[in-house]
Amino acid sequence: MGTGTGIGRVRGLGSAKHGSLHWWQQRLTAVGNLLLVTWFVVSLLRLPVHDYAAIVTWLSSPIVAVALILMTVSVFYHFRLGLQVFIEDYVHDEASRVAALIALNFYAVGGAALAIFSIAKIAFAGGHA
Amino acid sequence: MLVSILHRACGTALAIGAGAIFIWWLAAAASGPDAYATFYNYVAVPAEGDGIAAVTTVLAKIVLIGLLWSFFQHMASGVRHFVLDTGAGYELKTNKAGAIATIAFSVVMTLIVCAWLFSR
Repeated sequence: MGTGTGIGRVRGLGSAKHGSLHWWQQRLTAVGNLLLVTWFVVSLLRLPVHDYAAIVTWLSSPIVAVALILMTVSVFYHFRLGLQVFIEDYVHDEASRVAALIALNFYAVGGAALAIFSIAKIAFAGGHA
Repeated sequence: MLVSILHRACGTALAIGAGAIFIWWLAAAASGPDAYATFYNYVAVPAEGDGIAAVTTVLAKIVLIGLLWSFFQHMASGVRHFVLDTGAGYELKTNKAGAIATIAFSVVMTLIVCAWLFSR
């Protein structure tokens, strides 16, 4: 913002036509990541062992499963936005840029879906390792 | 300048590197003990006599320590962005001190966590 017509500034529309939404969502997910990824790293490293039984038991706790699903949404949405800017800034060839943006979205949505489904499957199975 | 580049580089490394390992780890755990054993063999503890896994677990440790540093660096410069978003910290000296502080934080935190992990 800061350029363009007065009414354009009021509406918050820049060249991306989404105004400040991208900026806001990037910050919102950043706060989510700050809390949830810190929790995840600390909790995971504090586990004495990381074998199958320990991980499945840990993941089957409702608090852990829900926090990890929320973290997955926050992280994958955050890097979808961040890498989009990265691609828009550095990939100048239009065809390559579109291809990279499609690949990014497939990776972010597909990866998040696989991660969330896996967490849910372990949690619903009850963790009888 | 350097910290700005590091923010993007670390963010990209985390998205692709940590993201892929995270997905593999969860999908393996959800697929059952055999799939998880494969992940565990190549990333955490190699089976005896498995030469390839012996190499990949060492590489995995290097990659994971790198990702841990990337996490702390991206986190610190991200928090710095929040401060800059408020319009504060643009004086040259303050700005430079903030940039250096993010690197000091990430290096110190990585060393502390590694020292703790290897002392267990």
